[in-house]
Amino acid sequence: MQRQVALIKQSLFDQGYLDEQFIELEELQDDANPNFVEEVATLYFKDSARLISNIEQALERGSFDFNRLDNYMHQFKGSSTSIGASKVKTECTMFREYCRVGNAEGCLRTFKQLKKEHATLRKKLEQYFQASK
Amino acid sequence: MAEVLRPEMLDISNDTSSLASPELLHVLAVDDSIVDRKFIERLLRVSSCKVTVVDSATRALQYLGLDGDNSSVGFQINLIMTDYSMPGMTGYELLKKIKESSAFREIPVVIMSSENILPRIDRCLEEGAEDFLLKPVKLADVKRLRDSLMKAEERVFKNIMHKRELEANDIYSQLKRAKI
Repeated sequence: MQRQVALIKQSLFDQGYLDEQFIELEELQDDANPNFVEEVATLYFKDSARLISNIEQALERGSFDFNRLDNYMHQFKGSSTSIGASKVKTECTMFREYCRVGNAEGCLRTFKQLKKEHATLRKKLEQYFQASK
Repeated sequence: MAEVLRPEMLDISNDTSSLASPELLHVLAVDDSIVDRKFIERLLRVSSCKVTVVDSATRALQYLGLDGDNSSVGFQINLIMTDYSMPGMTGYELLKKIKESSAFREIPVVIMSSENILPRIDRCLEEGAEDFLLKPVKLADVKRLRDSLMKAEERVFKNIMHKRELEANDIYSQLKRAKI
């Protein structure tokens, strides 16, 4: 079981899903707080689900309020950075760039990719935490 | 005739209640992000700090009793750490309000931000911020802050103790002279 945990973790880092911030989080875990990282991850996915939903609604409206979209992405990028979600963070940055230049098509494309990365990370982390128990 | 020195005539300040116990800094953390709140709270607890976390600058002012409601309880905050970008009142505006307050201007305020914008950093430092930390905040950042604050408190503490010592010596000489 230990080996499986190590393998999942290694692949998450090798494939760039996670960066060293995740390790920082793990270092804050101890016997008295053994589930800290999982708790943070849970909060993150709950919060980012809300942001994704907000962004989807904003995009569906058709008229692109780039300021508002950028605002959501700023929050999304922030929490992704704090948990070490590297690929998601990269997509957030790209999305914000498209907002900055007012490129709606770019925003839509990037958002699709972002959701994909986000879903993959969620699944892999769920596996990781399950295997760690 | 020898003047009798009664204890109540001696004015030694016994009030070190303004100093937190050296081991326990009480930090007020302000951040609108639920993930970051969880993170900073843990960072501070691991660094042996007492932590109060709020989700907005407005709530921070409420907690401090600076919102005009005057419901501030007697407590001791040794450090305020606030996010810069928050909806409503920003961390910068919170910093200004704290520095404008006679009750709290001495409390060090640290700004945290995910964006490395030099004019922003300058503005905060000019307004009296103790430090500006780039997110994600590292454990090393918190430890460094804590150590420097404790050194400052220790200096204040030592000054008070030294002053007491001088006063005690002074009393002793006076007592000797009065031949008590």
